[in-house]
Amino acid sequence: MKALKIIQPGPFTTVQDRGRFGFQQFGVPPCGVMDRWAGDIANLLVGNGPDAAVLEFTVMGGRMEVLDAFDLALTGADMGLSINGVSCKNWMSHRVAPGDTIQLGPVQTGCRSYLAITGGIDVPVVMNSRSSYIGAKIGGMQGRVIQPKDILERRPQALLKNTLALPDDKIPLYPSKIILRAIPGPQDSFFGDGMETFFNCVYTVTPNADRMGYRLEGPVVKRKQGMPKSIISEPSLPGGVQIPEDGQPIILLAEQTVGGYAKIATVISSDLPKLAQAVPGNTIRFEPVTLEQAHRIYRDRHDRFKALETADLGVKTPAAMGKDFFNHPVFRERMEKYMIQI
Amino acid sequence: MTIKKEILYPSPRFRFAGDRGLLMVFGDVIDPVVNARIRAMANRLESECLQGVEEIIPTYCALILIYEPLETTPDVLIPILSSLNSDLETIDLPDPDVVELPVCYHESLGPDLAHVAEINGLTSQEVIEIHTQPLYPIYMIGFTPGFPYLGGLPEAIHTPRLKSPRTRVAAGSVGIANNQTGIYPIDSPGGWQLIGRCPVKLFDPERENPILLKAGDRLKFIPISLERFHEISEAGS
Repeated sequence: MKALKIIQPGPFTTVQDRGRFGFQQFGVPPCGVMDRWAGDIANLLVGNGPDAAVLEFTVMGGRMEVLDAFDLALTGADMGLSINGVSCKNWMSHRVAPGDTIQLGPVQTGCRSYLAITGGIDVPVVMNSRSSYIGAKIGGMQGRVIQPKDILERRPQALLKNTLALPDDKIPLYPSKIILRAIPGPQDSFFGDGMETFFNCVYTVTPNADRMGYRLEGPVVKRKQGMPKSIISEPSLPGGVQIPEDGQPIILLAEQTVGGYAKIATVISSDLPKLAQAVPGNTIRFEPVTLEQAHRIYRDRHDRFKALETADLGVKTPAAMGKDFFNHPVFRERMEKYMIQI
Repeated sequence: MTIKKEILYPSPRFRFAGDRGLLMVFGDVIDPVVNARIRAMANRLESECLQGVEEIIPTYCALILIYEPLETTPDVLIPILSSLNSDLETIDLPDPDVVELPVCYHESLGPDLAHVAEINGLTSQEVIEIHTQPLYPIYMIGFTPGFPYLGGLPEAIHTPRLKSPRTRVAAGSVGIANNQTGIYPIDSPGGWQLIGRCPVKLFDPERENPILLKAGDRLKFIPISLERFHEISEAGS
């Protein structure tokens, strides 16, 4: 069923789900939402399962016309969501009706926003996923970024019984100074003192940062003497930190398939959402963790999400919603009816 | 086929690639012996279906296993992998599949063929004969969906990359870069010397098996005429 008409898409807006798995041995990278945590919660807040497809906006949002009644939630970066010109809260469900206008502006904090709608965005499944892989022109909206006049459909699903919101204390902050935990390796033996440089210095995100990878700038990470400049090419996993000849780290991400330089460390999967929200100029410090620590963090993240899935996120009283209640479309609609009656 | 051991590590080395990836490294050179062992182990793992292992990616010198940390960890996997590997010592590997791909070496589809010939002091016809001679081992698939990393390009036609890459290379283009040869599965930028084009789609997301080639197969190029190229192209689209 038709859900959204795109008026202004934003500079780089794509359809993504959790990713395309099982094809990495054939050179097809996983793709999927860059910030898995924000993507999962967006779906949770509109009652979707975790595999539903969402829209990923990068740095700047756009304008859309609503063609159907459904619930939506915006998570991730704050792009100043408004519905019919009224500012609405992120990390919360909002009911919209045909004719409504959704507007997102430039990013205020973070980098990527996720828009989930009831049922999830319905595009054809290509190789087990709805994720856009722009490099190979597959998935998402005909394998390309969202354009003006695109009509996005949604899959059928029941609307929410009541408004859902993530508790304020669970909303992630996107600071400009980021700490990424990383496991040394797989080629840490290429680096002697370079390891110390890498884990003790501060690196800055350059403008060369996209879904393929983030190039950083900072103190040169030196290889041990006699170590080769490159390695025999091998597939790269999201989070791998390559050190090319110039010693400036590149973090490989969701759309990279093969890397030819030694990887000093690999960012743990639980910290990739933090990187997905980093913009050029933000700083990054790497903190070494062991595999056991990383797995503890992984299980903890999983448990926190399970707890949210079973928690009652319903917003029932005006008091619970604070001042945002008065901006909520449901409240406004009721008030308007009330005003007409008196 | 028996496996020579000296080029392999005495026992595979394990390295962590983050909290979800485990590398099982068999050697540190590009070599058919190392590749045969990787192929044998990948075959074995495909049939074992180890708990928590989500993807198995063969590379030149290693296997990468992607696992779900809630279901398994390297502590559990490494002993199993080591024991499966030592069992392989006695197993003969089945012969690899040979995939024959038609290639049209007409100058309109291989704009750099004459240059490759000139640089190596050969005629274009000789380049074609040399290029279609080997059974190329496919060491790894990557870079773009279905792109085969091939070994075994005869030295007589090694040619440096283009000085400046093309912004668009058509899908199916067959190229040479130094000691490598390969086929571009999708339209992409590229710096390889283009000597011909293959009319069969290496990557077709609509097909049941979207990727035509797999690591471990052998590849043979079969020269075809321009007429035949168009026939196959039209039949396939």
